[in-house]
Amino acid sequence: MAVKVIIPTPLRAYAGKQESVEVQAATVGEALSALTGKFEELKKHLFADDGRLRSFVNVYVNDEDIRYLQKDQTRLSEGDTVSIVPSIAGGARN
Amino acid sequence: MATKIGIPAGPESRKPAVTLSKEEVLRYSRHLIMPEVGMDGQLKLKQAKVLCIGTGGLGAPLGLYLAAAGVGRIGLVDFDVVDSTNLQRQVLFGTSDVGRPKIEAAADRLRDLNPDIQIDTFEAHLASENALDILKDYDIVVDGTDNFPTRYLVNDACVILGKPNVYGSIFRFEGQITVFGYPGGPCYRCLYPEPPPPGLVPSCAEGGVLGVLPGIVGTIQAAETLKLIIGKGEPLVGRLLLFDALAMKFRELKLRKNPECPVCGEHPTVTKLIDYAEFCGIRGEEAPVTATNLPEITPRELKARLDRGDDLYILDVREPHEYQICNLDGHLIPLGELSRRVNELDSSREIVAHCRSGKRSADAVQFLQKAGFRKIWNLKGGILAWSDDVDPSVPRY
Repeated sequence: MAVKVIIPTPLRAYAGKQESVEVQAATVGEALSALTGKFEELKKHLFADDGRLRSFVNVYVNDEDIRYLQKDQTRLSEGDTVSIVPSIAGGARN
Repeated sequence: MATKIGIPAGPESRKPAVTLSKEEVLRYSRHLIMPEVGMDGQLKLKQAKVLCIGTGGLGAPLGLYLAAAGVGRIGLVDFDVVDSTNLQRQVLFGTSDVGRPKIEAAADRLRDLNPDIQIDTFEAHLASENALDILKDYDIVVDGTDNFPTRYLVNDACVILGKPNVYGSIFRFEGQITVFGYPGGPCYRCLYPEPPPPGLVPSCAEGGVLGVLPGIVGTIQAAETLKLIIGKGEPLVGRLLLFDALAMKFRELKLRKNPECPVCGEHPTVTKLIDYAEFCGIRGEEAPVTATNLPEITPRELKARLDRGDDLYILDVREPHEYQICNLDGHLIPLGELSRRVNELDSSREIVAHCRSGKRSADAVQFLQKAGFRKIWNLKGGILAWSDDVDPSVPRY
């Protein structure tokens, strides 16, 4: 399935500055693999060392959180939008 | 005696009737003539108590519009001082306020806008020790803060106290808005159970922010707050509104309440406020992210070595637009491109990596060390420290 993966602003620097990337995938897991296959540096921002999605990053298929679907096994349809939504807090100088 | 208009006190009410004066009727006439607000709605606004946490980018439009709308009691929490870099977006303040505590400047401005309302100020760092006390007297809390530990603190405190938390956050030109803590609705931890490790998500000071963005997001937070008070329209409960100012697009994602949420779930494990700095992996506000054994060089030491004629290779890991502001004539490889362009560097040479404040360059040094570079140093404090200690003609930004 051809799906569009939306890259959030904080991660665009690691995805060739693109705001969305088209990939071929049957499931969310495959879509994210295809994405990190194209952009190796995204991997550490999306996944922890054990290969699980980092907990401050949420993934949606269209408008549904994959945690309430079948997680990375969630099947995709042609033209679906996969959104990566990390937590942001603005402001403070660290 | 001036004519009073309002809801008469009935036998059920123990408080004196809330009314609007003639002046208030005139001030809020544009509300009163709308059926969605009307007298009922305006009186609800007058009796409402809203706590605004943060009087910065988000807090500015928030405070202004809540005061303008006649919210009867507005609490402001901020411990910061007005800085000239704030004026690009924090429209509550003027140039003459630079150096003043934000809370004072904010209260002055809001009282001028609306002298009839009560403004409470808390010049304090919101923490586990004081949060429940500060929040308890208010009906609604609006989160306009700028860091993860405080967001988790505010969330947990609101869930514990049973108060809605109107959440807004921004980054560069993107924003997120929703209402957490509403009965039956999700909380912040349902969405993000854990914060990102420090240093992984850039702050505004590092990532920058389009000035109007907190203006738009904060105004949306104000709109949601007013809707919650007057009980009209559809609040953003269970809905995450995503806004992209560059594309000028709004999207909406569904937010679900997590039945296993440690704070608001069916069997909560967090029933008291915790140490949020520890939760977010930060010890103290100014804790640096650099590794303890990272090789460093101070600006003065660097200057001394350069003056001596040492053959040092300066690696600048900032972005091209930063290089245009000021630079040390370094070789520019933005941090995000370093792994791809590492072969441009000669590991036999002594390399000093720098960025704006020393954080990104610390990441670069760690990466290069792992890649086998042995003669690599981080410029402590970055080009900002160079401006402070070596060459004040270099502009700070």
